[in-house]
Amino acid sequence: MKSERALVAHLMRRAAFGATPTELDYLTEHKTYEDIVEDLINPEKFEELDRSYLDRYYGGEQVSAQVAKWLFRMINTPRPLEEKMSLFLHHIFPVAWGKSEHTHSIVVEIEMFRKIGLSSFKNILFELSKDPAMIFWLDNNENHKDEINENYGRELLELFSMGVGNYTENDIKNASRAFTGWTFRQPLSLYPFGHYPAVFEYLPEDHDNNEKEFLGHKGNFNGEDIINIIVRQPATAKFVSRHLYNFFVEDETQVPSWATEAPKNEDAINELAGVFMESSGDMKSVLRVLFNSDFFKESMKLPKVKSPTELVAGVLKQTGEFNKPKPGIHVFANTTLNGSATDGTMSIMGQMLMNPPTVEGWHTGHEWINSGTLSERISFVEDQFSDESKPGIREIISRIGSLENDPAAIIDQCLDLMGGINVSESTYEALVAYTQELQGFTGKEISEGTGIHNVLQMVASTVDYQFA
Amino acid sequence: MTTTNKPKTLVVIQLTGGNDFMNTIVPYTNEHYYDSRKKVVLRQDEVLPINNDLAINYNAAPFKRIYDEGRMAIVQGIGYPDSNRSHFRGMDIWHTAEPDRVGSEGWLGQAVRQLDTGGENVLTGVNVGAGLPRAMAVAGVPVTSVGDLEGYGVMSKVEHQQVKEKALEAFKAIYGQAIGSGPVAEYIGQTGLNVLDGADRLAEVASGYSSTIEYADNEISKNLRDVARIHLAGLGTRIFYTTHGGYDTHATELQGHPKLMKNLSAAISDFLDDLDQHDAGDDVVILVFTEFGRRMRDNGSGTDHGSGGGAFLFGNKIRGGLYSEYPSLKPVDWEHGEDLKHTIDFRGIYGTVLEQWLGVEAQPIVKGAFEQISPFAN
Repeated sequence: MKSERALVAHLMRRAAFGATPTELDYLTEHKTYEDIVEDLINPEKFEELDRSYLDRYYGGEQVSAQVAKWLFRMINTPRPLEEKMSLFLHHIFPVAWGKSEHTHSIVVEIEMFRKIGLSSFKNILFELSKDPAMIFWLDNNENHKDEINENYGRELLELFSMGVGNYTENDIKNASRAFTGWTFRQPLSLYPFGHYPAVFEYLPEDHDNNEKEFLGHKGNFNGEDIINIIVRQPATAKFVSRHLYNFFVEDETQVPSWATEAPKNEDAINELAGVFMESSGDMKSVLRVLFNSDFFKESMKLPKVKSPTELVAGVLKQTGEFNKPKPGIHVFANTTLNGSATDGTMSIMGQMLMNPPTVEGWHTGHEWINSGTLSERISFVEDQFSDESKPGIREIISRIGSLENDPAAIIDQCLDLMGGINVSESTYEALVAYTQELQGFTGKEISEGTGIHNVLQMVASTVDYQFA
Repeated sequence: MTTTNKPKTLVVIQLTGGNDFMNTIVPYTNEHYYDSRKKVVLRQDEVLPINNDLAINYNAAPFKRIYDEGRMAIVQGIGYPDSNRSHFRGMDIWHTAEPDRVGSEGWLGQAVRQLDTGGENVLTGVNVGAGLPRAMAVAGVPVTSVGDLEGYGVMSKVEHQQVKEKALEAFKAIYGQAIGSGPVAEYIGQTGLNVLDGADRLAEVASGYSSTIEYADNEISKNLRDVARIHLAGLGTRIFYTTHGGYDTHATELQGHPKLMKNLSAAISDFLDDLDQHDAGDDVVILVFTEFGRRMRDNGSGTDHGSGGGAFLFGNKIRGGLYSEYPSLKPVDWEHGEDLKHTIDFRGIYGTVLEQWLGVEAQPIVKGAFEQISPFAN
């Protein structure tokens, strides 16, 4: 064993979408913890999934098909942090097809996130500012040199980089002026060609070329200059670090309260912000420190409620039902607002991927949970763990053997094989007691339908399982 | 908790997607209607007139009967300022009653908080359908969401009754013992216990109900039947919520909208009859709303998102008729190109049902004083 199994499982739950028992075996046997972190933050070491193959299975404009493809990637990619960072950027730069030219534009945006998520924050803001979906979402195509629209300039500072309290209204206005002329065009007319992704276009004649004053700097700034100034601000380093902490380590309060509420772990934020400043916002450097830190390794016990995406992708990874492309995964992503007759699991749980509710994004942490969403979470895992013929469940059951074994040993194995799950002592005792009860059903009729899958269902239904 | 003085109950039905108000309550003698609607239109022989100007879509014939009985109020031209035609923002606004900022508390969840200040009855607010609509969601206010009354609760898919009982015991032990393990785990634990509590109390509902009304076999009828069954069990529910989807008729309105009208009107009619049969028709009022109306002109096969729409109130205690004004159809009065301008703010209608029916203080929920109507008979 080169690395500690519980710790690797924790890392894979947070930095990836969990790990199968076989993956955990391989990683702990062949890699040190630090090696695994390096593999995660350097995804280019691994081949990516075959795109043309995926497109053949999950094509079309329906957002549910596109989310299905994304879910498939999360479950099967050899580059899981790439997908996790796309999800992270989707959380903090939320753009929705509810206000988009067409679904394609969001798909293209997520693809862009996939490419840049582990680059520098400067590059991330630069690509974000050129993204047609974002430009349309926050009206920068309506931001003209003689008629300023401050929507993008405001959110760039307030939600995407520095946070409230670190700039003035005048800074917003000047930043907005610097982004005049940043718009997009359609490469082909809609008819008869259909929807093609729009492309970024800079219109020099619509750009405000006068002097601007921004955060104490003066000059004839263009958008890129504004980004250069933003990423050098200590406020940006802290704000982005807090976002990373909130996403990977421990649930923070909701973003709008950050201006007034101190971080849960000030030292951790300062440490990450320091790396951010030293490395000029290099995301790999910041994440390397984050994943190798003591505060991360000790964060197993800190509350971090799984988002619906993390729950669904994590469970589907465990069951192995979609370890090869096949139809059916879109049912989790259906939404009645996209013409479907029924809402899918993720929509009912409160997270329609590619369609966040507002520019603030989803409220996370315990706000994911209410009686409706909790019932859906439990109903979902009951369904997913009911069929013993799924490859992942078959694998778990074959490793455990029989329901007749020692109940505590069965629970130990279930918790390990389902992704190295931590449970409280009282949950553990209740699970052991339940297993004993199941062993007590000896009548033929009941015992035939009863088995290890009942235990798996219960483990996935616990309070503890709602935490990442 | 059976009560003797029969508390008043509100049933809210959300028509998801933006119902075409003009093709529901049809301005069947208005030239502008026929000028604008070339294909997605109801001819004069396809409507049931209620006066010289307006008629009910003939697919919704049961509404005509209820209207004639004086139990249907039509709130014309309901809307909100500065509609941006987005379903999502539109629904957000209707759910939180906050058109100017992004609200975080649902309007009905806030009403539940006032009705059940101690949070003692998890069934004070009940959603029938999947998930929990934002309108019902307020942090710390327990409400219940019933996807399917027969299978409600957790561990409902466990095959054998004896195994299910053990599974429920284990679930209860796990969720009950989350108390004391940190605020978030406690909160999740309490939410799980609320689900169990709701399920326990709903378990007897199905067996206690009998009726001669035969509801149709579709989603809205099934949901309203569940509402009737839960209401008649007397569990103290004051607010029900359910959803009827499919109203986003950009392209197939000619095929889709007639069926929606048929199903909705039949379901509401059966529901009212069912309540009457159980002598409960005087306790319940229904509010039907949608996030917006549709555009003045059709697009050849459907209609695109618009603004001003319409809402409806049903019940024995409703004084039937027309309320507010039908939006002007004259092209000069259109806004945003070809939207109908709303004539009454939806927050006034919320205020009307909150104050005049549920006896809840509306001001803190709708955040202001908005024009109300007087649709309730004494």
